[in-house]
Amino acid sequence: RVMAAKFSLGREATTDEVAAWDIDVRPDGQGLPPGSGDVMTGEELYVDNCAMCHGDFGEAVGRWPVLAGGQGTLTNDRPVKTIGSYWPYLSTVFDYVHRAMPFGNAQSLSDDDVYAITAYLLYLNDLVDDDFELSNENFTEVRMPNEENFYPDDRAEIELTAFTGDVCMENCKDAVDITGRAAVVDVTPDDAAARKRREEAAAAAEGTA
Amino acid sequence: MDAKTTRRGLLKGGIAAGAGLLAGTTAAKAAGDPAITEMQPWNQMLGDGVDANPYGKPSHYEAHVKRRSVEWLTADPVSSVNFTPLHELDGIITPNGLAFERHHGGIADVDPAKHRLMINGLVDKPLVFTMQDIMRFPRENRVYFLECAANSGMEWRGAQLNGCQFTHGMIHNVMYTGVPLRYILEEAGVKTNGKWIMPEGADASGMTRSIPIEKALDDCLVAFKMNGEALRPEQGYPLRLVVPGWEGNMWVKWLRRIEVGDQPWHHREETSKYTDLMENGKARRFTWEMDCKSVITNPSPQAPILHTKGHTVLTGVAWSGRGTIPRVDVTLDGGKNWHQARMDGPSLDKSMHRFYFEFDWDGSPLLLQSRAHDSTGYVQPTKAQLREIRGVNSIYHNNAIQTWYVNEKGIAENVEIS
Repeated sequence: RVMAAKFSLGREATTDEVAAWDIDVRPDGQGLPPGSGDVMTGEELYVDNCAMCHGDFGEAVGRWPVLAGGQGTLTNDRPVKTIGSYWPYLSTVFDYVHRAMPFGNAQSLSDDDVYAITAYLLYLNDLVDDDFELSNENFTEVRMPNEENFYPDDRAEIELTAFTGDVCMENCKDAVDITGRAAVVDVTPDDAAARKRREEAAAAAEGTA
Repeated sequence: MDAKTTRRGLLKGGIAAGAGLLAGTTAAKAAGDPAITEMQPWNQMLGDGVDANPYGKPSHYEAHVKRRSVEWLTADPVSSVNFTPLHELDGIITPNGLAFERHHGGIADVDPAKHRLMINGLVDKPLVFTMQDIMRFPRENRVYFLECAANSGMEWRGAQLNGCQFTHGMIHNVMYTGVPLRYILEEAGVKTNGKWIMPEGADASGMTRSIPIEKALDDCLVAFKMNGEALRPEQGYPLRLVVPGWEGNMWVKWLRRIEVGDQPWHHREETSKYTDLMENGKARRFTWEMDCKSVITNPSPQAPILHTKGHTVLTGVAWSGRGTIPRVDVTLDGGKNWHQARMDGPSLDKSMHRFYFEFDWDGSPLLLQSRAHDSTGYVQPTKAQLREIRGVNSIYHNNAIQTWYVNEKGIAENVEIS
C-alpha cells in the first residue's frame, strides 16, 4: 500500500470535543461511563419514557419493536427476536438506548438513567431479579443467553462455489408451474392514477389492434 | 398566436376540447392522426421562459415517476424506507430525486457550516475537519450502487409485492465525488493496532457500524456530491460514507465521526439488525457484501406490455458487490430455455449494469426471469437454492432470481414458479 502524503488539513480535536461525541460502548465494557441504576428506578424511567411505544412489559405497542420475551423461538416459523431472545451483548443495549432513545428525544437520558433502564430491560427478560443494580463495575459480568449463536459471514465457503459454474441454456426443465402469486396476497399499495393510465394505454392498444 | 383564431374561437375551442379528442380518433382513420393533422397548443403558443424554473423538474406528464412507500412495512415513516421507481428508469444512473431513502431518525437538516468530521480512537492525533477542510483533499469520482440489505426481504416467504419498485427498489446507482477515506485516516495516523473503524452519523439515530480497516483503506469514500451536485439531505447532506459493494446500512449518512479501534463494536445495527437468522436458530453476522443480482424492470407488474404482439424490448438491471456483470441470461418460458441478453452502457466495478433482450412476442403468456453472472464467475441463484441454505427468516440479502408472469394481454404479475 502506498501511503498518502499528509496534507496538513484539519486540526487536533480537544479532549472535551472527543468526550462530547465519543459515547460508544463495546462488549468488553470499553466506553462505559461511571454510574449505576437499579431495576426499580429503571421501571419508573421506562414507564415515563419508553412504555408508550414498547409496552409496559416490553411487549410493544403496534409495530414498535418488542424488547422482551421470545426466548426459544429462533427456530420457530415466526421467531420473536428481542433483547433477551436474540441480542448477543448487553453493551449494545446501553449504547443504543443512550445514543438513540427515546425515539424523538435522543440523548436526553443521563448515564445513571441508562444503567437503570438497562437493568429494567434485563429484568423484563427474566435475566435478573427485581433487586438487581447495574453499574460500570458489574456490567461485563452480565452475559446474554444468545451470545454464542452468532458466527461470521460464511458465504465464501457455503455459497460462492455452490453458485459458480456452468449453467443450463436449453431444455433445462420439462414443466413449469406457478406456485405463488403476489396478486393473491394483495398487499401492494394501490396507485389509482397509475392503474388508470395503464388501462387507458391497454384500451388504446386494443383499439389499434 | 395563429391569426385565424379569434379570442372567442379560442374560448369555444377550450370548452369543446374533450369532445374534439373523441371526434379526432374517428377522424384519424380517414384523414390521418389528429396529433399530426390538428394544431397542438405547443405548436402555437409560447412556453415558459428561462426564468421559470431555476431548478428544473421533470415534465408534469412524468409525475407518476416517483418514490413510493409501503405503509404497513414499518411502525412509523421516520424510521422507514421508500423505493426507487426502477420500472420507469433506463440506463444505469438514478436521478437524485428518485434515489430511495432509508432513515432511522428522519432526514437530518444539517447546516454545513456547523458540520464537523472527527477522527478519534487509535490514531496518532485525533482530528476535526470542517467541510472546507474536506474539500481541500484530492477527490475521486466513482459510480457505485447502494443497495439496502433488506432489498427484496419481503419476498423470502413467497411472492408478495406486485412491482419491481417494491421488490427491488431499495437501490440507487449514482456518481459520487468524494475523498478517499484513507487520505483522511492517514492524516490522523492509524496506529498499528487500529483494525476497525466505526463511522457515526450526526442524525438522531446516531447510526454506527463497524468496518474492518482493510475496507476503509481500500475503496471507501467520504462523499459530498452525487451526480454532480451536493448530496440530497435525504442522502446525508453534507457528507456520507461510501462503502462500495457493501450493504447500504454501512454507508453512514450525515457522517460526523470515525473512531478507530482494535475490535468491532457490535452495535445495534450489526447485532439486532443486519444479522441473518438461519433455519437452525444461529445467525450470520458481518454479511457485508451484496451478492450478484438482477431484475427485469420492463415488462414488470407496474410496466405491462402496452402493445400487441410483435417486436418487444425487454430490459433490466444487474449488479454485484464483488465486481462487474459481464453477462445476464433471460428466459421467456420460466427457465426451460435461456438467452444471453445484450449488455449496454458502462460496465463499472460495483455499479449497476443495464441489459436488453429484444424479441418477437407472439402474444402468448410469458414467464420472465433474468440470471446475472458476475466477474468472479458467481451465478445468481434461485430462491429455492437460497432457502435451502438459509431458510426463510434471514430477512436480508435476498438476491434470488425474480419471476414475472405476463398474460396474453401483457399484464405482468410477481409470481413464484416450480
